[in-house]
Amino acid sequence: MGCEQWRGKLDAYVDGKLDLAEARVLAEHVRTCPACAADALERVQMKRAVQMAGTRYTASAELRNRVSKSLTSKPRRHFSFWQILAGPALVLLILSLATNFYMGRESARRQRVYSELADLHVAALASAAPVDVVSTDRHTVKPWFQGKIPFTFNLPELQGSEFTLLGGRVTYFAQTPGAHLIYQVRKHEVSVFIFQDRAFEDRGEAAASLPSSAAHAFSFNVENWTQDGLRYFVVGDVGAGDIQALSKLLQDAR
Amino acid sequence: MKAPEKHVSAATFEELAMPLFDQLYNFARWLTQDTAEAEDLVQETYTKALRGFSSFQAGTNFRAWMYRILRNSFLSSRTGLKTMVAINGEAEENLVPAESTTPESILIEQADRAMVQWALAELPVPAREILLLCEVEEMSYQEIAETLAIPIGTVMSRLFRARKALRDLLRKQSDGGRDGV
Repeated sequence: MGCEQWRGKLDAYVDGKLDLAEARVLAEHVRTCPACAADALERVQMKRAVQMAGTRYTASAELRNRVSKSLTSKPRRHFSFWQILAGPALVLLILSLATNFYMGRESARRQRVYSELADLHVAALASAAPVDVVSTDRHTVKPWFQGKIPFTFNLPELQGSEFTLLGGRVTYFAQTPGAHLIYQVRKHEVSVFIFQDRAFEDRGEAAASLPSSAAHAFSFNVENWTQDGLRYFVVGDVGAGDIQALSKLLQDAR
Repeated sequence: MKAPEKHVSAATFEELAMPLFDQLYNFARWLTQDTAEAEDLVQETYTKALRGFSSFQAGTNFRAWMYRILRNSFLSSRTGLKTMVAINGEAEENLVPAESTTPESILIEQADRAMVQWALAELPVPAREILLLCEVEEMSYQEIAETLAIPIGTVMSRLFRARKALRDLLRKQSDGGRDGV
């Protein structure tokens, strides 16, 4: 290989970037070629000269201290305007999503319970025998449930009210036995469901967390409340006033 | 949970970055050619690097990363913006063998340190920075490529041209000096 081919590689050679085999051949050539040897020497000297000349500036101790201090004592994060806004905004967003989600779930849960109760109400009325104990007398209906459901309850005296007791049947909601009573008011039937509140809680069932409230579901009016460990639901296609009146009678029953 | 992690990363950053302080300042001073500007540049580099330390990938070259931040900060400064033109305007493929008619050994012997310093300062920033990274920082071609964000082939051609430009400057200065005597 002639000198010209090597000249282009002298830089890489003095930088130690030639591969071993090539460097060995070039070293051999340099040993026998004064021109290339002078050239290589010049490049090495130039490298050293630049190295020495380039190491020139020293920072002040003050700057070193300042920089060093900035690494430890300065706030580690520099929040931009948007980052400052983003924090609380994110919290608000999460809160509102969580609230929406919770409310949504609560509402869906309530709807599910009400729709099941409405189904029970309609199914019973559609049945050939809506009630198993046919009696207008609360003193007949209440004892009938003895041994059929694991709790007892009080039924109101209906004298002087518009309501008439048609009878009762055993029903189940979420695998829990309960009492289903059917009342009549001006040709409309209204169902009253009574379950053990504890039974709902034990199963973690949705109804346990239902707030006592009146609601309107699928055109039925619904009222529900807890009393003496029992969960009452009043469901019917009558007006909210009638549902509330019947609820009041049941709440006051002794 | 977050705070101790942050603390550790800050401590690690300091351990990694502070040993580079003198070299970085020297490099910054060469780039800016001004003490106050160099000081600002170094401070800015450390601030940016600390802030971006989480994005630094362990196992990659920390030194090249720091130099890159410094250099980018410089290029986005007022002085640096002017040099961008020179870097973007250069032709990369101009890789011709060195002219070998005159061995410059004697020339280099004559050139004292001050003269090389003068010549370095005279060089355009792209030539100056690559010579400093290669000779003073003794970076490998790979490290230089990472620092300047250019391919290794470009590192070699740019380095070749920088050396040639430096030799030309020194020769001119040396000849001028001789003529003057």
